[in-house]
Amino acid sequence: MTDVAFSEAELAPPRPLRRLLRTNPLLAFAAGLVLLLVLVSALAPLIAPYPADAGNATHPLETFLPPSWHHVFGTDPVGRDLFSRVLYGTRISLTVAAAVIGFSIAVGLPLGVAAGAFGGLADTILMRVTDIFLAFPALLLSLALAAVLSPSVTNATIAIAVTWWPWYARLARGTAASVAGRPFIAACRALGLSPLRTIVRHVLPNSLTPVIVQASADVGGVILTSAALSFLGLGAQDPTPEWGLMVNQGQAYFPTQWWLVTFPGAAILLTALAFNLLGDGLRDVLDPRRVVGRT
Amino acid sequence: MKLALRDVRIAFEGRTVVALDALDLAENEIVGLVGESGSGKSITALAVMGLARSLGATVTGSIALDGRELLGLSERQLRQVRGRRVAMIFQSPVSAFNPLVRVGDLFVRTLRVHGVDSTDAGRRAEDALREVLLGPELLRRYPHQLSGGQAQRIAIALAVALRSDVLIADEPTSALDVTVQAEIIELLRMLRERERLSILFISHDLAVVAQLCDRVAVMRNGSIVESGTTAGLLRHPSHPYTRALLAAVPRLGGGRTA
Repeated sequence: MTDVAFSEAELAPPRPLRRLLRTNPLLAFAAGLVLLLVLVSALAPLIAPYPADAGNATHPLETFLPPSWHHVFGTDPVGRDLFSRVLYGTRISLTVAAAVIGFSIAVGLPLGVAAGAFGGLADTILMRVTDIFLAFPALLLSLALAAVLSPSVTNATIAIAVTWWPWYARLARGTAASVAGRPFIAACRALGLSPLRTIVRHVLPNSLTPVIVQASADVGGVILTSAALSFLGLGAQDPTPEWGLMVNQGQAYFPTQWWLVTFPGAAILLTALAFNLLGDGLRDVLDPRRVVGRT
Repeated sequence: MKLALRDVRIAFEGRTVVALDALDLAENEIVGLVGESGSGKSITALAVMGLARSLGATVTGSIALDGRELLGLSERQLRQVRGRRVAMIFQSPVSAFNPLVRVGDLFVRTLRVHGVDSTDAGRRAEDALREVLLGPELLRRYPHQLSGGQAQRIAIALAVALRSDVLIADEPTSALDVTVQAEIIELLRMLRERERLSILFISHDLAVVAQLCDRVAVMRNGSIVESGTTAGLLRHPSHPYTRALLAAVPRLGGGRTA
C-alpha cells in the first residue's frame, strides 16, 4: 500500500472552541456577542430593572431623566426606564429577524435548489417568478406592503419577509446549479439514487454553506429594515419597545435628551455588527475541508 | 453475453455523436474501450447506465444486459439496474464522493436504497473494504481524508458491496499516479477472478489497456474502427488510427514517436 496513512492525531476531532479562539478571534468575538444578545432577549424579564416599563406603564414624575444609577439609559418622555425597554427590544428585533430569515430560507432554499438542480423549464419558471419579486426595490415594496397592512410588528415582519426570500432563492439556485454539475452527483445517479433523493440528500446539503453565511449576515439587515419601518411609523406602535420606534420617538428631543436616540441606536448598531461579523467569520470557517481538513 | 450493444446511436439535438454497430462484454471478461477525448466513450458508458437521457441525449438501438433490453426501461426500473447490476467508477476518485458524507454512511445509505437492511449493510461494507484491501477504519473518514487510490478502491468496493456483476470503469486510473494505477489494475484483475465481474474499461491509455483487457475496441468519432483480442490488436493493428494511437504510447528511453 502506498496510500498515505493518517496518524490518529490528525484524525481526532479538533477541540472546536479552543481552535476557534486561536484561529479566528473575530468570529469567536461575534459568536460571543450573538450569544449574549440571545441570552438578553431570553432573560429580559429577569434582567430588566423595570419590566413593566416595557409595556404601558407611565411615570409622569420621572420623565426625561438623564442616565443615572437608577436609570442606566435614562427615561423616556413618559418616564419609562429606557434600559428596560432596550433590553426588551432585543426580543422583538431577534424575533423579527428569525421569522423573516426563517421564512426566506423555508421558501427560497427549496425553490432555489429545485431550480438549480433540475435546470431547464423548472429553472426558467421559478427564476422568472423570483425576478418579478426582485424587480421592485425591496425597501419600497416593504414600505408599500406595511402601509397597506395595518402597522404592527407582525405585519412589518410579513412585509419584510415577502421581499426577502427571493434573494435566498437566487443564492441557493446558483450554488445548487454548480453542485449539480459536480462528479459526485453523477456518481449518485450511477448508484441508482432517484433524482429527488439525489437533490435532497446530496445537492441540498452541499448548497447550504452560502445560505447559512448569508442568513447570519442578514440578521443585521432585517433588524435595520424593521427599525426603518418602525421609524417611519409603519412597524411597531407604542408602547412596543422596538428600537427603531424608540429612535423615532426620541429624535425630536435629541439636542437636549440625547440618550433617547443614542441607546436604542447603539443597540441596533451592536446587533447588526455582531451578526455581520458572525456571517463573515462563518464564511471563512464553514468549508468542510477547513473544519476537519488535513492542513 | 453479459452486456450486448447493437446499432446504438446517441444523438444530441439531432446530431449523432455515437454510431456503434456492436460491442459485447462476456461474463467474467474485461473489454477495453479506447479512444481519444471526445470519441464518445464516456457517453456510451452513460448510455449503458441509462443516464445519457438525463443529459439530453436520445439513445436508439439495443443495449441488453443478460439478454434483457435496457433501453425501453422506465426510470424506476433503471434505478434497480444502476448500482445493483451495473456499477460505474469515475476518473476523479475523490470528487466522485459527496464531501459531507462519511464513507461508512455512503455504503449504508446506498445499500439501503437497494433494499439491504442497516446491520447487514454495515457488515457488507466492511467485507467489501477488505476485498479491496482496505481497513474498516476508512469507513469513518470523510472523502477529503482519502488519497486518490483509496477513494478509487472505495468506489470499487461499493460495486462489490452492491454485488454488481458489471463494472463500467470510465478512465479509473487516469487521475492517479503510476504506482497507484498499477495497484488499481491489479485489484480489478483480482476482482474479476473472485467476484466474476465483467468489466468495461474505458481508457485513452493503451499501455494500461494492454495490461488488463482481454479484448479491445478502438473508438473514433463515435464509431468503433477496430476491435479484437488485446494481443492480436496490439501486435497487428490494421486501422491507421489504431496504429497512430500505438505510436503515441511513450516508450522507455525512446521518448515519444509520432
